[in-house]
Amino acid sequence: MSALAPITLTHYLVASAILFSFGLAGIMTRRNILMMLLSIELMFNAANLTLVAYSRAWGNLNGQVMVFFVIIVAAAEVTVGLAIAVLLARQLHTMNADEAAHLKW
Amino acid sequence: MIDAVLFYLFAGLMLLAGLSVILNRKPIYSVLSLLVVMFCLAALFIMLDAVFLAALQILLYAGAVLVLFLFVIMLLNLQPEALARTRAFTLLGGGLGAAGVFVWQIVRLLPVEGGALRTGEAAPSGVEALGRLLFTKYLLPFELASFIILAAIVGAVSLAKQEPPARRG
Repeated sequence: MSALAPITLTHYLVASAILFSFGLAGIMTRRNILMMLLSIELMFNAANLTLVAYSRAWGNLNGQVMVFFVIIVAAAEVTVGLAIAVLLARQLHTMNADEAAHLKW
Repeated sequence: MIDAVLFYLFAGLMLLAGLSVILNRKPIYSVLSLLVVMFCLAALFIMLDAVFLAALQILLYAGAVLVLFLFVIMLLNLQPEALARTRAFTLLGGGLGAAGVFVWQIVRLLPVEGGALRTGEAAPSGVEALGRLLFTKYLLPFELASFIILAAIVGAVSLAKQEPPARRG
């Protein structure tokens, strides 16, 4: 069956590119802060898939170490981001990013 | 052959769930869709011989980060985002922008020679090799990561802490 060619690096890269575009579309269209954070997570994961695929294709582990650090930084980012979201909901009673425009002149 | 079937299964499910993340109007459904994305991604990591990262993905992302999202969503008791608030211009611009970036990625990516993925013995895998690398070549970033986590903990607690109404002297 020729339709199922062996999986190459390109397959993984295309899947990762599609996932990254989903995250990008999400962060540009959604205005809810939680949804924007979730879209950022999607983009992080697409980047992780690329790094792991390249790590496998080139036969060394540096990409996997990079993914390890990306996961750590993403966890820290989500913690602080969600704290800010809670603060925003408590003080401004909104989750809409457009309404938090007090620093805009 | 079984490789290809599994790849298309997990990648397809991952992309469907990813679409559902950005299309759902209720954040809680989006979070649960993201959970599906994480698990499919962990399966793809296992197919790429990154077993430790797959475990980390499930433990850290699915176990910690998404549970944090669920906590916050249930704590805040959100209303679903009103459809009328999202203007057609925003949707069109966002969609076109993302599609443009996608086309650019594909154009950059397809000339890259695909090449077969290197198998077994050529690519060292497993926790031992990863740990050895982490504690020799990447020791400084590894230690700095603990500072980032500490800063995140302190920042989150000091941001989200409720001030007591009257401070006793």
